Amino acid sequence: MPSRPSARPAVLLASAALLAVAIALSLAVGARPLTLPEVWSGLVDPQAAAFTVVREMRLPRTLLGLAVGAALGLAGGVMQALTRNPLADPGLLGINAGASAAVVSAIAFLGVGSLDGYVWFAFAGAAAVAVGVWAVGGGRSATPGRLALAGAAVNAVLFAYVSAVQLIDSASLEMMRFWTVGSLAAASPSSAARIAPFIAVGLILVAALARPLNALALGDDAARALGARPAAVRVLSIVAITLLCGAATAACGPIVFVGLMVPHLVRPLTGPDLRWLLACSALLAPLILLSADVLGRVLARPGEVQVGIVTAVAGGAFFVYAVRRTRAVAA
Amino acid sequence: MTVLRTSEHSLRLRPRALLAGLAILIVAAICGLLLLSTGDYPMSPSAALRAVTGSGTPADAYIVQELRAPRVVTALLAGAALALAGAVFQALVRNPLGSPDVLGFTQGSATGALIAIVVAGGGSVAVAGGALAGGAVTGAVIYLLAVRHGSHGFRLVLVGIGVAAILTGVNGYLLTRAEITDASRAVLWLTGSLDGRGWDDALPLLAALVLTAPAVLFGCSRGLRMLELGDDAATAAGVAVGRLRLALLAAAVLLCAFAAAAAGPVAFVALTAPQVARRLTGDPGPNLLPSLLTGAALMAAADLAAQRLVPGRDLPVGVLTGVLGGAYLIWLLAAGRRRMA
Repeated sequence: MPSRPSARPAVLLASAALLAVAIALSLAVGARPLTLPEVWSGLVDPQAAAFTVVREMRLPRTLLGLAVGAALGLAGGVMQALTRNPLADPGLLGINAGASAAVVSAIAFLGVGSLDGYVWFAFAGAAAVAVGVWAVGGGRSATPGRLALAGAAVNAVLFAYVSAVQLIDSASLEMMRFWTVGSLAAASPSSAARIAPFIAVGLILVAALARPLNALALGDDAARALGARPAAVRVLSIVAITLLCGAATAACGPIVFVGLMVPHLVRPLTGPDLRWLLACSALLAPLILLSADVLGRVLARPGEVQVGIVTAVAGGAFFVYAVRRTRAVAA
Repeated sequence: MTVLRTSEHSLRLRPRALLAGLAILIVAAICGLLLLSTGDYPMSPSAALRAVTGSGTPADAYIVQELRAPRVVTALLAGAALALAGAVFQALVRNPLGSPDVLGFTQGSATGALIAIVVAGGGSVAVAGGALAGGAVTGAVIYLLAVRHGSHGFRLVLVGIGVAAILTGVNGYLLTRAEITDASRAVLWLTGSLDGRGWDDALPLLAALVLTAPAVLFGCSRGLRMLELGDDAATAAGVAVGRLRLALLAAAVLLCAFAAAAAGPVAFVALTAPQVARRLTGDPGPNLLPSLLTGAALMAAADLAAQRLVPGRDLPVGVLTGVLGGAYLIWLLAAGRRRMA
């Protein structure tokens, strides 16, 4: 895809501007709509009428959306580069489902009830599935289609497991049926802060990996000649994906397709250079997640449609489109 | 191989396939008999058989004919229908993973049933109707998106995965909208359960199977075998490829939807039964009839295990098939990888 390198800073700036708009909307739209001046006074003035709504509910939710969106977009970008697979997505390949199966087990069998407790289970589940799908799907000889299929199989198995657990333990069904669809609504003032350290580490790892992953795209031998160590890059990439997906899933449940869509949308604008691709993804993914969240709040007033459902429907349609357009999917 | 010939027809008989079919039938019969004779009110197998024919005691006859037999029959029929549909899908997409679970038909049936439970608050008839409609609509959508534009095989599977993901999202939304009592009923349905099935559930499924299975088994078997060689070869051999594909897809979707209406979307039977049948008969072809028998036996065995495995606890059959089938699926993928390497 041709792209002028001079256009990249403009793309980055435009993404940032759009993201700012989405943040403003996310603060203003909801069961009780606010004007922008009201939002501002709600942010800064503890006496304002909107203070509780903005500071206690919408700000935490927006911050969580930013963190989770950036995590999913970066994880998707790294996965697509690592597997050379345009269909790679943390949700589609079962990694978010792995995290959620581990969390559901922790809730049902170990009585773990807080984000601090189950974030570690989410990491364990995400890591296990990341390695498992990679191995089952054919390792380095995996084709895009085989990997997607391995992911679908793992997803189906984990889905059966999660519904079995919900059935056996009906008390946890009440708690989990909201969590397992993927939602930002349960954000507490501290939930973004709790997962932020993990996402920050993932972010730093991804920033450090962008250049070696670029080299890896040329093949292992060329990468070695350029000074990259392919095995180390792969291991660190999986660590980064696990941290990002595990933290995101622990905070708001499994969200699919954000990681798939964003790199596809960005690539025509920035070209294949991962440094730009990932930087723009980190801005555009939260933009999409926040927009989906705002849309979910508008669609079913005064209730809401969970963000994971909006992204599943929109992203599923995008996936079907990508499959029909992409040539290189057949095994 | 023995070939029986009359002036018009020839029938190839392979001793191993015949033996395998016989063995599967015996397994299904034993499981069925155990399901009829054991439970909270145990009786001897011969008493159960007498009750089936109507010559036993009135108490035995009531328990067997009204309570246990419909459940056994539903299990056998649903297993057979799912397995036949799975065998057709796998032959159509030329991929062992082409099952209704992966392609989104199961999720479509679930969406229909959930709408019936959550939005309409309907009873079992409405749920069955919703499952039927949902499966049929999903089938039509996937046909329009993929098959009609010449996407079969791998691309069809991927389109199905996308549709399945969308529907999973919709199902999750419907679950969150439900009252908690409706939600647990919906989750039970989603898992697939044979608990409390009566003749009302078994008979529509029987009708669907009687109407479609012979057409698929005898009418399309040869064409399907040709289709596995590729579209060009099949066309050259005189097969109307497009029409055959549409007919087979419609039959398979119908079978899945009726099975889901009767027993819920029991996971992985459609996926595993054709693979087991293929390994038993040693025949690489579509194995339609052996798959059908294997599915019936598999479902009966799974229901038996689900009822008796945990004493005092009647697990839904879908939990068992889900766990077993899932493990098998991952093994299948891993084994396929070793073959490729």
